[in-house]
Amino acid sequence: MKMTIKRSILVAAVALGFAAPAFAAGPAIEYQAQNWSFNGPFGTFDRGELQRGYQVYKEVCAACHSMKYVAFRNLRDIGFTEAEVKALAATFQVVDGPDDSGEMFERPALPSDKFPSPFPNEKAARSANGGAYPVDLSLVAKARVGGPDYLYALLTGYKEPPADFTVGEGLHYNEAFPGHQIAMPQPLNADQVTYADGKPATVEQMARDVSAFLMWAAEPKLEDRKRMGLKVMIFLIIMTGLFFAAKKRIWRDVH
Amino acid sequence: MADNTSGFYSNPLVKWIEYRLPVFSAFDHMVGTQYPAPKNLNYWWNFGSLAGLCLVIQIVTGIVLVMHYTPHTSLAFDSVEHIMRDVNYGWLLRYMHANGASMFFIAVYIHIFRGLYYGSYKQPREILWFLGLIIFLLMMATAFMGYVLPWGQMSFWGATVITNLFSALPLVGEPIVTWLWGGFSVDNPTLNRFFSLHYLLPFVIVGIVILHILALHQHGSNNPLGIDTKGPQDKIPFHPYYTIKDLFGIGVFLIFFSFFLFYAPNFLGHPDNYIPADPLVTPEHIVPEWYFLPFYAILRSVPDKLGGVLLMFGAILILFLLPWLDTSKVRSAKFRPIYKQLFWVFVLACVGLTYAGGQPPEGLALIIGRVCTVYYFVHILVLMPLVGWFEKPHKLPASISEAVLKGDAAPGAAGSKA
Repeated sequence: MKMTIKRSILVAAVALGFAAPAFAAGPAIEYQAQNWSFNGPFGTFDRGELQRGYQVYKEVCAACHSMKYVAFRNLRDIGFTEAEVKALAATFQVVDGPDDSGEMFERPALPSDKFPSPFPNEKAARSANGGAYPVDLSLVAKARVGGPDYLYALLTGYKEPPADFTVGEGLHYNEAFPGHQIAMPQPLNADQVTYADGKPATVEQMARDVSAFLMWAAEPKLEDRKRMGLKVMIFLIIMTGLFFAAKKRIWRDVH
Repeated sequence: MADNTSGFYSNPLVKWIEYRLPVFSAFDHMVGTQYPAPKNLNYWWNFGSLAGLCLVIQIVTGIVLVMHYTPHTSLAFDSVEHIMRDVNYGWLLRYMHANGASMFFIAVYIHIFRGLYYGSYKQPREILWFLGLIIFLLMMATAFMGYVLPWGQMSFWGATVITNLFSALPLVGEPIVTWLWGGFSVDNPTLNRFFSLHYLLPFVIVGIVILHILALHQHGSNNPLGIDTKGPQDKIPFHPYYTIKDLFGIGVFLIFFSFFLFYAPNFLGHPDNYIPADPLVTPEHIVPEWYFLPFYAILRSVPDKLGGVLLMFGAILILFLLPWLDTSKVRSAKFRPIYKQLFWVFVLACVGLTYAGGQPPEGLALIIGRVCTVYYFVHILVLMPLVGWFEKPHKLPASISEAVLKGDAAPGAAGSKA
């Protein structure tokens, strides 16, 4: 019997091993795994990295990309104070209404408002971007195979195309993008932003920061989840140990 | 019976209630001291209670999720994100429910394979087996419709592909698909009815589970030796022996569950389902959840759509015939040298189908899918009846207690008892 159990476990392991790449069915481009601070069972977000990432998002990405599931109040999670969030929100205008006379009006954003989108709708976004739609970035880090590793590879993947590769009209060559032709022109250039903490704004640095920020935007409860996971695991392991001891004791006399 | 059973209990309150409503004795007969079980059940017998636990987890988390979810094409995706971001512990509920579905299928698949290995479907447990298969079919329908509810890309396109399968039926196919959709494409009426049925079917499953347990209690559990219990020396009361063993199993299972829940909650999902449904953009590869991949592989291994659909449904329906297709009188594969080997080939074929189902249907994956599909049907329809005829089984022990005293007639059996 031991033999069959062993064998079954082996089969199950093989099954999982087989199945893992199956879920990732898609473009077979390998992305280099980055050493993110939020990796692993004890990983947490690096607040400084997220704040720099937010700056890159706000000053570069947000020109075309919306992030409609994230609210200004959420920025407190990445280390901004309540006053900072209030002041920051107030620098944006949002449409509200209708007011008592039935008119829509603009007002400064409140911490409870979601990030305003750069375009009123998809048609407007496409029309302003040569027919391409800049996707909403709220979930992009979970909506792509490779997650933040892919985003980093994409943002640093703008290269000269190989000699035998023809890039279509209005498209750009990118190593990481499936098919290697992407409508988005290279978004990040060296020194495009000026970091408050004095970090040199290289393309790699900005790509890293904004990829981490996008991971936070997609999975804001990641730290809560891992923290609770540790407690639950410790509890379950102790509980299971006690059950095992009780089982052995109760079964001692069964033959 | 009611006025006698109160005498079994010493606690005055229990006695008082039992005298009027015999719930305590009913419970005792169900999973307590009054339910005798074979003394040699191994850990593969844990997966029935684990599947039951999963059903409870799914229903409880599901009911709470519904308090925050909105079944409308323009709001469903947003409401799921609302759950993930703004509802207290909403992320925990949703990840529990999504991963819980996978855990449920893992438990049920192991439970089914255990039944196959130890011949649990054989006389007199045929109806028990049927009820299990009905639960499995209902689970598949429930899981499929549940996956549509977040209204992501895979939700939408999975629903489109699977409902479209019915269009393969001659004459009635197209009207049936329109009827299923409630329109001319997968749209809001489809989402609404799937939501309604996704809430209904789990309770139907609960009903069938009760019948499943009722059928189980009629003749009691099968056991690793596959021989009938001969008397009290072969049995032990379910409580405390199997309650504690099940609790230990639940602990191990919850640790496994928690690993996915807390550290890899999206590993078993598909990234495309974090993209809102878009009827104008088809994902490059439409793949169902992992637990449907074997059947998806069977579907796609047939070049003809109708043929593929029939074969896919046939793959499950022929399992209803197992009690008669398996001609061997010996239940446990332990005493069946040839069937035992073939069982593992069958498991391998199912693993191969799972792999093939997740790949684009071309090249090696398609070949693997086809070979495994052929084996799946040959195993059940040809090998099982034939092996039952020609195989010479090992000698069965006279009774469970005899085998147990002799060390289970197989080396290493002590591991499960200690």
